[in-house]
Amino acid sequence: MALDEAKRNFRYVGSRPNRPDGVDKVTGRAQYGADATAPGMLTAVILRSPHAHARIKSIDTSAAEAIPGVRAVITGADFMRSDDDFLRDVQENCMARDVALYDGHAVAAVAATTPAIAKAALRAIVVDYEVLPHVTDVDAAMQPGAPVVLAGRALENVPAGMSENVTHSCEFGHGDLTAGFAKADLVIERSFKTAATHQGYIEPHACLASATADGKADLWCCTQGHFFVRTLCSAMLGMEASQLRVTASEIGGGFGGKTTVFIEPVALALSRKSGRPVKLVMTRDEVFRATGPTISSSMDIKIGMTKDGRITAGEATLRYSGGAFPNATVDMGAQAGFAAYDLEAVRTHGWNVLTNRPKEAAYRAPGAPQAIYAVESVVDELCQKLGLDPLTVRLKNAARKGTLSSYGPTFNEIGLVATLEAAKAHPHYTAPLGPNQGRGLSCGFWFNFGGNTCVSLNINTDGTVGVTEGNPDIGGSRASISLMAAEELGIPYENIRTIVADTNSLGYNDVTDGSRVTFAVGLATIKAARDAINKMKSRAAQVWGIDADAVEWVDGAAVPAGANAGKFPPLTLADIAANSPQTGGPIAGHHEVNVDGAGVSFGVHLVDVEVDPETGFTKILRYTIFQDAGKAVHPDYVEGQMQGGAVQGIGWALNEEYIYGKDGRLQNPGFLDYRIPVASDLPSIETVILEIPNPGHPYGVRGVGETPIVPPLAALANAVSRAAGVRMTELPMSPPRILAALKG
Amino acid sequence: MKSLHVSTTINGDPVEFICDPDEPLLDVLRNRLHLTGAKEGCGTGDCGACSVTVNGRLVCSCLVLGAEVDGAVITTIEGMADGDQLHPLQRAFIDGAAFQCGVCTPGILVAAKALLEKNPDPTDEEVRYWLAGNLCRCTGYDKIIAAVQVAAAEMRGA
Repeated sequence: MALDEAKRNFRYVGSRPNRPDGVDKVTGRAQYGADATAPGMLTAVILRSPHAHARIKSIDTSAAEAIPGVRAVITGADFMRSDDDFLRDVQENCMARDVALYDGHAVAAVAATTPAIAKAALRAIVVDYEVLPHVTDVDAAMQPGAPVVLAGRALENVPAGMSENVTHSCEFGHGDLTAGFAKADLVIERSFKTAATHQGYIEPHACLASATADGKADLWCCTQGHFFVRTLCSAMLGMEASQLRVTASEIGGGFGGKTTVFIEPVALALSRKSGRPVKLVMTRDEVFRATGPTISSSMDIKIGMTKDGRITAGEATLRYSGGAFPNATVDMGAQAGFAAYDLEAVRTHGWNVLTNRPKEAAYRAPGAPQAIYAVESVVDELCQKLGLDPLTVRLKNAARKGTLSSYGPTFNEIGLVATLEAAKAHPHYTAPLGPNQGRGLSCGFWFNFGGNTCVSLNINTDGTVGVTEGNPDIGGSRASISLMAAEELGIPYENIRTIVADTNSLGYNDVTDGSRVTFAVGLATIKAARDAINKMKSRAAQVWGIDADAVEWVDGAAVPAGANAGKFPPLTLADIAANSPQTGGPIAGHHEVNVDGAGVSFGVHLVDVEVDPETGFTKILRYTIFQDAGKAVHPDYVEGQMQGGAVQGIGWALNEEYIYGKDGRLQNPGFLDYRIPVASDLPSIETVILEIPNPGHPYGVRGVGETPIVPPLAALANAVSRAAGVRMTELPMSPPRILAALKG
Repeated sequence: MKSLHVSTTINGDPVEFICDPDEPLLDVLRNRLHLTGAKEGCGTGDCGACSVTVNGRLVCSCLVLGAEVDGAVITTIEGMADGDQLHPLQRAFIDGAAFQCGVCTPGILVAAKALLEKNPDPTDEEVRYWLAGNLCRCTGYDKIIAAVQVAAAEMRGA
């Protein structure tokens, strides 16, 4: 659905009303994953491998089953074995079958009448492991002779002779690299590494499953996509989708990490076996060891630049590891790495590598922050060495409408130049810096996504409206959806209530991911509202005895138009709704669509830091974000996405990392040792929203949620490198790493 | 393990419960008393999502035993509003969009209220350090700090 060019003066969209779930969330009334209970409910716990890699020779559950109060014990053998690689990987990540592939991999589970009995039963399960050699580093895993994590999973595009851990490769780009580098006055080649980080949502995974003897089941869980949960769980348990109803709880953060299943199939299997409702809640230790994280990376970047700042060629080789199961996240890194630039010659190569780490889950712009960090670091170093202003250089090379992007498509209307110009004009960019201080900047990019979406919009007889959508609200989206419905219908925001319905109430909705909800669900809501408006116009026409074509919808009311203009007083939405039993019955609008036309999103971050040469500690002094939102439907929550994403990126740049010991075990599975940013680490995060309309949405909306995590990695690396006087090439830039770099 | 009988006051109501000797107060609140506003984010006192006050002192309820609170006065997020009147902090958090997922919000509100009772006019820096024990992964804290200051000003009558 194209941009409605006539729609420029918004009445509700762009305002900042209170969110509909506000009171619930400040009073403790909101029900999250772990907050539900059911009569007769059992508590479940999961037994996890203490080994990074081990064959499971046998599991003896008999002693556990004999404990009074234990109602069910399951292992991997209790699940169907799918022929589909993707489904089997997800399932074997939920519970190992023959081999435990990482520290924390689930091997068995117990449901019992109390948590204490369940934990005692876990201790009574005897697993006979044959410990196997392991590998947790991406570069080590690529070496010939490295321990093989999963054999036989390499795709045809992987050359023969590589380690079996290399499962997938990709290549993007265009132009003549050799000729491009020959034109450069300076070529810099650097290698970079980034640590795996966790999404770090504060709410651990939690669910309540209730299966019945006739093959039906209900599942309550915190998820970013309950329809996908239904797809995965019903396949694993051999159920028809119609027999499994999934209800999404309020969700305590996801950031991509709740787009798949970990415990839900386990709880369902235990419930089926015990005939009782089963609640399963992860501990924080389990969340770190067995869910998330993002990929770890090792990357080589080569970029050439002329003396006047024109980039002549860029090349990147990305080695990503998303843990023990194959994935293609490196494709997104290879596509996104150079997306901010208009280049004649660019090539990116990507490799996915298996390691004995937990299976990667999406994390906000998956794959992009790492590649863009490496590219933006080299661009900054080129600017430093050539004595060029880094913003001017980015403007000179910026992708714009008509640019053949580094990953193939030609860009439509995009906001990169506008965000760069806004950054250049902002007082932050020219503010003075003191000793040991440095300023860094980086561009960021995300594709954004549309996807399968189904919305119903019901006109209540009292003139209010209920919107029913199917995407869990992870950051205020119910408010944005209500705003768009209000805008289209012409009735106040307060007269609309938007809810997230269960899997039985709507057609399939894709997961809340790809920054798709405000864009795609918003678009479907606008279309559903237009469908309802058409029906209301027909009802008015019927009352007036004129053609429906001769009725217009203006400010929340049907008015006669054309030859009939002025002949009848307007009929408001409330009038038509009240009269609906007499004019044909209830009125509802619907829209079902696989949405195309998501507009890509660019942002620019500016940061000032001070590096303490004695301790290696980095203090963030000032942070400003510039981002194109297309149209900011609820600016408070757009700013919130920008600020929250930036702070996750700050954590990634400075502190956060998965640390594995020589034994292949995760050494920091808790918030004390895996330290995410706290309030006292940060300054205020200033935001500047640009609005360059997305041609693919009637109001011009673009997704905004993912782009903000992309720039902080390089912005911080560039600021720290300039402040410390030494180029940092590994994340996180923790104090010991900065001290080591300072000492050379 | 023999269960213990505990008498306490929660949000002004007399409450009695039994609990295991090693059972955290958080589990008592959530699982026995169905006061699920306090959340378990870590169970190790690192995230602050389970913050409550015990005899006026701000604590992580995952680090307090149920058995310890016999005779104590406890307040949780469920006791923050006065009937249908939200506390100024609660209103400021809604008006200022100071949460996204909201799972850390109960703990942050309880902690912020404890701050303003001690220090009605904190600097931003003081708010940031006081709330450093409350993790929020969604907001970057910016709007949280601003909302606490809005509520503080209102409570001072400024």
